[in-house]
Amino acid sequence: MAQNSQVEASISERENPDISPLVDMQDLSIAFGGIKAVDHASCDLYPGEVVGLLGHNGAGKSTLIKILSGAYPRDSGSIFVNGEEATITNPRQAKDYGIETIYQTLALADNVDAAANLFLGREVLTKWGTLDDAAMEAKAREVMGRLNPNFKRFKEPVAKLSGGQRQSVAIARAILFNARILIMDEPTAALGPQETKMVADLILQLKKEGIGIFLISHDIHDVFDLADRVTVMKNGAIVGHARTTDVTKDEVLGMIILGKCPPGAVPGPGALSE
Amino acid sequence: MSTQDSTALSQASEKDAQPSALSRFLTATEIDTRMLGMVAALFAVWCAFDIYSGILRPNDGLFGGAFLTPRNLWTLLVQTSSIAVMSTGMVLIIIMRHIDLSIGSMLSLVAVAGAVLQVYIMAPAIGVGHPVIWIVAIIACLVLGTLIGALNGYLTAYAQIPAFIVTLGGLIAFSGVAFLLAKGVTVAPMDKTFKLIGGGVPASWLGPFWSWVLAIAACALIVFAVINGRSQRKRFKFPLRPVWAEVTLAAIGSAAVVATTWVITSYPWPFGLIRRYALENNITIPAGVENRDGDAICMAGEKIVRCTEGLIYYTGYAVPVLVALGVGAAMTFVAGRTRFGRYVYSIGGNPEAAELSGINTKMMTVKVFALMGFLVGISAVISSARLDAATNALGQLNELFVIAAAVIGGTSLAGGIGTIYGALLGALMMQSIQSGMALLNLPAAFQNIVVGTVLVFAVFVDQFYRRRVK
Repeated sequence: MAQNSQVEASISERENPDISPLVDMQDLSIAFGGIKAVDHASCDLYPGEVVGLLGHNGAGKSTLIKILSGAYPRDSGSIFVNGEEATITNPRQAKDYGIETIYQTLALADNVDAAANLFLGREVLTKWGTLDDAAMEAKAREVMGRLNPNFKRFKEPVAKLSGGQRQSVAIARAILFNARILIMDEPTAALGPQETKMVADLILQLKKEGIGIFLISHDIHDVFDLADRVTVMKNGAIVGHARTTDVTKDEVLGMIILGKCPPGAVPGPGALSE
Repeated sequence: MSTQDSTALSQASEKDAQPSALSRFLTATEIDTRMLGMVAALFAVWCAFDIYSGILRPNDGLFGGAFLTPRNLWTLLVQTSSIAVMSTGMVLIIIMRHIDLSIGSMLSLVAVAGAVLQVYIMAPAIGVGHPVIWIVAIIACLVLGTLIGALNGYLTAYAQIPAFIVTLGGLIAFSGVAFLLAKGVTVAPMDKTFKLIGGGVPASWLGPFWSWVLAIAACALIVFAVINGRSQRKRFKFPLRPVWAEVTLAAIGSAAVVATTWVITSYPWPFGLIRRYALENNITIPAGVENRDGDAICMAGEKIVRCTEGLIYYTGYAVPVLVALGVGAAMTFVAGRTRFGRYVYSIGGNPEAAELSGINTKMMTVKVFALMGFLVGISAVISSARLDAATNALGQLNELFVIAAAVIGGTSLAGGIGTIYGALLGALMMQSIQSGMALLNLPAAFQNIVVGTVLVFAVFVDQFYRRRVK
């Protein structure tokens, strides 16, 4: 018990009045038909922090994150961005709050080129209201040059690109508009070791720039080394939150599989009651 | 490495070098090879018809037939305009993974409504030939088409009924409405000025002078576009096309314009029209002598010539062709240079991604169907003006020809892929086959068999091509 309150103290250290969380999701719920996909889940994220969101397939991670990114309207609960209550009912509004998402499916329009994908929904227009393709391509070359210097195929539809190239297009789109909150849904699921390393380096770099990152995965090994904290979900509910320095991988696995909270974690409503 | 090996190698590289000259040309000019194939196929069909019709009955075509004559090509363009206008809209609908089966019936409904408005309502009220009539009639047709299209889009997007069902219902229902509106009879005649849009009367032909003025303007536009594109790319330091490629592109484009204009302006007015025109304008025609059939003929020495010799007027571009070209240019602009067009392609490529990017995909569906309806409105005006009447049979089966034109033009029914110029070429192909067979006096049943086969074959070739390219 004493240990538990210590952990709580160490977590709330961060919650000093000077630094308010970038995102604070409180008591979010959503149901599809009779299924409670997300059940009274709360979760927060601080600047320059990487939070791993873990759980089995179907645990509700992606659904929770889609509420934050505006893809699904929530049934109840509230979202605070920088301490102020945010209205997020569609992807557009989420982007206005600086929340960018890299979806597991990448969500690329396969039939158009990289620049068109980077600016999808936020096209640069000329003074006559037409598409300024040259300006968009220039910006695309700049951003892609930073992420993936070997990338040269700006004229081809993204369907023709390799998995890693497509991933860099999706990532470039997320960081193009000065995101402050980045959601990465299984960012390395389709990548080889080299490209996985590239994504990991990028995450560390973005972290340094003060961007808060939600890293979603069903594989603990992807996340544990990169994340500052983990939040584990099971059957739509939060099992618990923990700093990665306070728990072991095995303990987190126990949270994912059994829903059992180790002493180093703060239990949530989904934790196995003893 | 042995000498044998190196000779084999150099032979191989020589072999590679030969096709790569063509492919280097294509890469440098960024010409769409698919389009090149379509143009080649179109010319092949034209030549085949000309040669075959020449064997049956010699005429003054390029290969001695009746197809590649200015007269036939001019007529072909006029006949294609209505389908061509609608096919540009159908491309966008199919790109967005929808379909519109209702356009044929919609065309007859809009045409009949426009005709009833002119003939039964406005003409008695404000007098036949009043200039307000044709303006109001055209606007009414465009607005009605847009509204019906928007209704199709609304039912598809917001009521979430598949577009196939919504427009199948429309196909059946709209022709019923058209029948009731026309009370089952042919509504005619159209307003005098309205008729100009059909291209059936001399006043709706531009004549050589203005046709050439237009052609020169078009060539200037092509050159400007090439230069402007280059300077844009230079501004952002992008890789540039070689100068010879730019020059070739501009030359090919201008040559196409000049050739088309030359053909279009070398079709003289039919004899009867010249005589009527001469009578109306007090121009004297040599009286000539009567031949055995009792027709007036004139002699120039030993040769029999037309009595209107020296009174030749050339047609030039007809208004409906200009309308179709204008719509084609506008739709190419919309599809390629505007946010609307970009969204249409993106939604077709991945609807979910478009939605997640914050695009209002439902509203886009309504807009695309409304645009289709607007284009149907234009085609309704062209068709009824050309026929000088409107009936509930006008536009029947047009939906199939329009869809076929779009598909032959390379539009993928899986969505996301298609071009406006492809659809225009497809429309020209469909019409060429139809009028070519009519020229050969083939029975209608046989014509249908051929058109259907060509459609299936074209898609087969397209699939084959796409697989090879991948």
